[in-house]
Amino acid sequence: MRKALMGNNAAAAAVKLARVEVVSAYPITPQTQVVEALADMKASGEFPGRFVRVESEHSAMACLVGAAQAGARTFTATSSQGLAYMHEMLHWASGARLPIVMADVNRALGAPWILWTDQTDSLSQRDTGWLQFYCSTNQEILDSLLIAYRAAEALLLPVMVNYDGFTLSHTYEPVDVPAQEAVDRFLPPLNYQYALDLANPRAFSALPKPKEYMRLRRRMAADMDRATVTVAAIEDEFARAFGRRYAAVEPYRTDDAETLLVVSGAPASTALEAVDRLRAEGLRAGSLRIRQFRPFPAAVLRAYAGRERRFVVVDRNFSMGHHGIFCEELKSALYGVKGRPKVFGTVAGLGGGDITVELLEEIWRDADAGRLDEREPLWMEDAR
Amino acid sequence: MPRLDEDPFLTPPILTGGRPMSANKTRDWRSVRPVLHAEKCTGCMLCWKFCPEACVSVQGERPLIHLDWCKGCAICVAECPAGALTLAEEEAP
Amino acid sequence: MLEIRFHGRGGQGTVLAAKMLADAVLRSGWGECMAIPEFGVERRGAPVLAYARISKETIRVRARVYAPDAVVVLDPVLAASPAVLAGLKPGGIVIVNSEKTPSAGRRWRWLAIPAKAIARSHGLGPRTAPMVNTAMCGALVAALEVACLPSLEAAVRDAVPAKPEENVAAAREAYSLARRRLHAAA
Repeated sequence: MRKALMGNNAAAAAVKLARVEVVSAYPITPQTQVVEALADMKASGEFPGRFVRVESEHSAMACLVGAAQAGARTFTATSSQGLAYMHEMLHWASGARLPIVMADVNRALGAPWILWTDQTDSLSQRDTGWLQFYCSTNQEILDSLLIAYRAAEALLLPVMVNYDGFTLSHTYEPVDVPAQEAVDRFLPPLNYQYALDLANPRAFSALPKPKEYMRLRRRMAADMDRATVTVAAIEDEFARAFGRRYAAVEPYRTDDAETLLVVSGAPASTALEAVDRLRAEGLRAGSLRIRQFRPFPAAVLRAYAGRERRFVVVDRNFSMGHHGIFCEELKSALYGVKGRPKVFGTVAGLGGGDITVELLEEIWRDADAGRLDEREPLWMEDAR
Repeated sequence: MPRLDEDPFLTPPILTGGRPMSANKTRDWRSVRPVLHAEKCTGCMLCWKFCPEACVSVQGERPLIHLDWCKGCAICVAECPAGALTLAEEEAP
Repeated sequence: MLEIRFHGRGGQGTVLAAKMLADAVLRSGWGECMAIPEFGVERRGAPVLAYARISKETIRVRARVYAPDAVVVLDPVLAASPAVLAGLKPGGIVIVNSEKTPSAGRRWRWLAIPAKAIARSHGLGPRTAPMVNTAMCGALVAALEVACLPSLEAAVRDAVPAKPEENVAAAREAYSLARRRLHAAA
């Protein structure tokens, strides 16, 4: 049944449907409603799992590391500085191969004090060994969390589902909340094969020799490498079960497009409208939405680089001393491709600046006309 | 129109308030304002004590409500034991 | 697609008005919807904005509303602000919580709804600051003709934190009044 839900409601609904056993979280704007909703559901008995209150995000992740090691299905949610505070435990979660799932409601980082969205929080966790998805709709938040548990438990790697603060987290739109039985068929109970077992006490993740450490890291890299294929198979299964299809990279009107907008998160939805408006003028516009950031779907993206083409990336994030992060990742993926397309980088909407249809059209026109410089990111804003 | 192409060094490196906090008037936040009926006031100063904005000061033995900062929360009205404070609606300018 | 902007103050249920519209549209099967809060720092009494989009097709634009088809003003003090008319499309409608219709120009349609009196008569909110959001939502639904009355009532009942039947009655009263006034004007 379709209901008007905020992104944060959709996340909480997914946690309940996934039959999560342990939630531990610390509230922070704009994630707060996720925690509030779960606490309400716990109080009313609607959510039968454990809800562990903690004094910080660092403790929240530490709590989940323990719970996941004991074999529980786990969840947390955070934003911005809260995610930054979790940082060292994120490495532990992935290194210990724990299938933890979290929602990060993208919010810019201070100073100065800032509440609104950008992706610098989650992209700062790029190298922690978590899979990362970026959602464009509230429906996708719910669906991605269900997909995330399947992926995490198949790969024994943690998954972070990201969505734009306020633009998705606080915006109401229709969301189809699937029936519990359908979710149960898609997502069976977790059976974590390395769970703590009182009958067979062992040490976990104790000090290895460098040789062992290298091999464990190589195994983790190999599991990350197979993640794109594994997730695609889970997304296929999800589409068969629920009628909604997702992919690591989602193309729109790309077939004869000369210049492609490359966007992630909620602005990727706005980009579809920008492409249609440009097409209505007879311009050969298209877009690529990057939904999966880790592992980076390099092979998928290379398939769109076959011809003389221009890509213009809209990054709502920035790596100081370098460029927009999606742009750099795309350039790296396309290195060595014959007839390499031009890749332009733009930075827009940091700290919640509005990424409008008009702004995306303007960015596309600048790129299409070759008015951008590949070496320099262009900073753009909608002045309204 | 949308390019941010002004000289980045025109922006100072940190954000500081451009004026003292007292200049940050909040009177347009309210849709109701407290009105003091001096004849009923006993000078107990509970309004001064409870005002979360600290916009009530003591003038002699009576409160003085600084309406430039009052946000119209009406806590003073609720707390006044003498019924010396009432609410008036703000009208469109 | 129709785009709506709401002007209110923190604590008046401005965002909830947008949500109730969206939900009523969804429940009635008229089409798709989106209700968007203006992402300010929440503080009671400060001017706040909310937006809604409703459409027969999937809504893909995820940005603020800059050129609304309708503007809803929950707080009469705000009605005089130039921000209320900013970007409003020619022929658009302004729905004001007011006893009297403002001096109407030809560029836009105006609809005054005595939402404060309606809310008071149903005992909604404190007498000095009645909760007008459900009445204003009722008038808006009538003006846009985007949802049937039962859908509006269900959306209101589901959204309000207290006094569901009183809120439904307020929405229904404003809905009927708006219909009568708009038909009389037409």
